[in-house]
Amino acid sequence: MKDDKKLHALLGPAGPEVGCDDCFELLDRYVEAELAGGDADALLPGVRAHLAGCPACREEHESLRALVAESF
Amino acid sequence: MRAVAAGSVEAVAVIDLVDEPLDLESRAWLADLRATGAAHDAAVARLHALLLRAARFETARRRPTLPHLRGDELDDIALEAADDALVSVLRRLDDFRGASRFTTWAYKFALLEAAVKLRKRAWQAREVPLEPESWQLFAGGTAPDEAAARSELVSAVRIAVATELTPHQHRVLVALALNGVPIDVLADRLGTTRGALYKTLHDARRRLRAALAESGLDLEEMG
Repeated sequence: MKDDKKLHALLGPAGPEVGCDDCFELLDRYVEAELAGGDADALLPGVRAHLAGCPACREEHESLRALVAESF
Repeated sequence: MRAVAAGSVEAVAVIDLVDEPLDLESRAWLADLRATGAAHDAAVARLHALLLRAARFETARRRPTLPHLRGDELDDIALEAADDALVSVLRRLDDFRGASRFTTWAYKFALLEAAVKLRKRAWQAREVPLEPESWQLFAGGTAPDEAAARSELVSAVRIAVATELTPHQHRVLVALALNGVPIDVLADRLGTTRGALYKTLHDARRRLRAALAESGLDLEEMG
């Protein structure tokens, strides 16, 4: 719903999160953990919350996941 | 290896990244890239081809949102992204510890470079709006009681945005969260970094949440 998206964009994730730089550092490991069926959020806390709050990192996560999935 | 939480916007559990045993393919990549002469040159050429594939993957994914860019312009962006990513990967080769495959680690540099260039290109001639343009998008819920609750929340958010933030936090929050300006574009225009801007956005969001909680509003459903 558009309203919820706008409110979420304003208020961001509730829990602790990493910043953009740490998200980038962890993204390759996070994606491989996801594709392997592991609990990526438990392995790398704060990444999922950041992806929920940062559209740019979220786009890059989606792209890396899609690209790696082709050969995983 | 390192405590990743050092640069976090908020304290998270310290992540203990130990050096992982390298898979054979990753070990071969590192050996070839650290070689000298023809073997090194061939490995660099292979790496560039890998990064160009990733950059083209990104430009292809975003092509529908960039109808004004011609195919050759997109390919120029992909090539430039691959060139820049190659420099980054080679400069940071010693940072690769085997936490993922080498190719996954390298891909992310090319995807980042391509994504940033495409966002900046899409906003090249556009003014960056720093004042609220989108409050009207909050149209309320569907059921009357839901609409009333949502209206109260939206009203409280508007007041908090107007009164609780520093001028810089206000400008950043409005541009990024309300007007949809990409963070790389805003960082470029304000002469700062993506990481610094996200820290400002995070602090602004925390202040808003604290103010709304003090007002007795239930933010449970907002995550």
